[in-house]
Amino acid sequence: MSAPPDTVPSAALGAWAIGARLGRADVLHGIDLSIAQARWTSIVGPNGAGKSTLLKVLAGLLAHTGRVTLLGQPLSSLPGRARAQKLSWLGQNEASANELTAYDVVMLGRLPHQAWLAPASALDRLAVEQALRATQAWDWRGRPLGQLSGGERQRVLLARALAVQAQVLLMDEPLANLDPPHQADWLALVRELVAGGKTVVSVLHEISLALRADEMVIMAGGAVAHQGNCRDPATHRALERVFDHRIAIEPLLDQWVALPKS
Amino acid sequence: MIATLHEGATGQARTAITLGAGLLLVSLALLLLGGATGSTGIASLRHLMAARHDPVAWQIVWDIRLPRTAGAWLAGALLGLAGAVAQGLFRNPLADPYLLGSASGASLAVAAAMVLFGASPLATPWLVRLGLTGAAFVGAVAAVLLTLLLAQGVQHTLRLLLAGVIVGVVLGALTALIMLLVPAVQQTLQVFMFGSTAFVGWSSCALMALAWLVCMLVAWMLSHALDGLTLGEATALSLGLPLPAMRAALVVVLALATGAAVAQTGLIAFVGLAAPHLVRSVVKTTHGRLILLSGLMGGVLLLAADILARALIAPQELPVGVLTAVLGGSYLLWLMYRRTDYGQPL
Repeated sequence: MSAPPDTVPSAALGAWAIGARLGRADVLHGIDLSIAQARWTSIVGPNGAGKSTLLKVLAGLLAHTGRVTLLGQPLSSLPGRARAQKLSWLGQNEASANELTAYDVVMLGRLPHQAWLAPASALDRLAVEQALRATQAWDWRGRPLGQLSGGERQRVLLARALAVQAQVLLMDEPLANLDPPHQADWLALVRELVAGGKTVVSVLHEISLALRADEMVIMAGGAVAHQGNCRDPATHRALERVFDHRIAIEPLLDQWVALPKS
Repeated sequence: MIATLHEGATGQARTAITLGAGLLLVSLALLLLGGATGSTGIASLRHLMAARHDPVAWQIVWDIRLPRTAGAWLAGALLGLAGAVAQGLFRNPLADPYLLGSASGASLAVAAAMVLFGASPLATPWLVRLGLTGAAFVGAVAAVLLTLLLAQGVQHTLRLLLAGVIVGVVLGALTALIMLLVPAVQQTLQVFMFGSTAFVGWSSCALMALAWLVCMLVAWMLSHALDGLTLGEATALSLGLPLPAMRAALVVVLALATGAAVAQTGLIAFVGLAAPHLVRSVVKTTHGRLILLSGLMGGVLLLAADILARALIAPQELPVGVLTAVLGGSYLLWLMYRRTDYGQPL
């Protein structure tokens, strides 16, 4: 439809003519998308717009039509392990690892790098420690997940996704259960990752936080309504439009915030 | 407790190794005790040693008590292993090795075989007994296959669980029908359904040991899939695990371990459910260790229950399945109340 897939080497993720169904419902249709490398892109939209479904398709976790490329390679032709080394996924409300310690959970993020049945290497342990320290979860590494609060748990799961040390990170509602200080920590962490050349894509329902990203993909009704820079007024107008003009995007200090309108 | 909670992952590893060594020691002690436990109650170890000079007594120990004792441990180990695999595979702490219909399949096959071979309770020639064992195994595996067929594969956990329940109910009803139509098989079938280690010989032990080794090895090799699954299906897939193949292999392990145990000792309740829980209440660890430890724990549980069943009202004997049901049930009840104290759902 738009540019042929292999001519966009700077794209971390590319999607062409994506369609997806959940059961009988047509959730995504006709999506063309290119997500820039070493940038933070946030995906926003009203409930049921297909944000999480799109993220799953981009991660190669959901059957779909059309094609997706990861770092210039067709996703469907990548073996599972090679994909897992390049792309890290943090889902929403899916973990039940109550009986594993935080350390063991984060070590699972090293699976794509470990030979089958091989014990953890010094490199793996270093990656796990770095990830746990980056999310301030190192102190409770020996505690089972079942004994952590929602926010503490989320930070361990985030560390699990970081431990993969993948080039591309996809996160579905990564700020769920996090209090404002840890939300700020998360923002700083993402900035650091992006500065280090990683690509971050996150689905966020908190518009003001989503506006802190570099790029924004706005979805409505299973299609992309707008894609643009977060500081671009056209993006702000598109946001107000998909939310039925019930919000207003206003500047505050050096950022943009979404205010509800009555 | 608080101190151990804050320890690093190496602390958990140490606890796991200590638990494993402890379980092995207890197993060894129970094996000796089991060899010394006869219809007259528990004899002393010196008595057991003295039996070496008495050919009749030695024959009782070597041909009856020891294989039975080893068999109880092995059947428990198979059930504990199957329980750990089932709970990981279905991501449900209440999952049970009998979940896929294997228990009802085995009962139905045994009932059918008894009707076909002619039911002569207990004193049947070894050929018939071997036939019953084989029938139980075939029935268990066939029921699991039927469940898989109804669930159209292993990918949908909920569908798999439902199919297992349906197969269990239908096959159970058929077994009840056979018992109604041919009342002569009732008594023998009851022995099977309560579970008993009384008929385990050395050949059964060899069979179970082989099954245990194979299942343990395969399950241990696939334990990463179970660890990954605790993070949810999508995350497990995103980690590059070949889930469909690994799941299929784990279902085969589950069927083989359960089938081998049920075929030799009948339906012994709760060991498969309780063993992994007991291990997890001591140490929170990855499935590689959990599977191994649950096997050892299952062996200890069933062997201890078997010795109790033999000794409690000697020279009479309690059906060991009844004892494990009572003990396991009370343990689960306690677990449920304790977990409620923590404020977590089971």
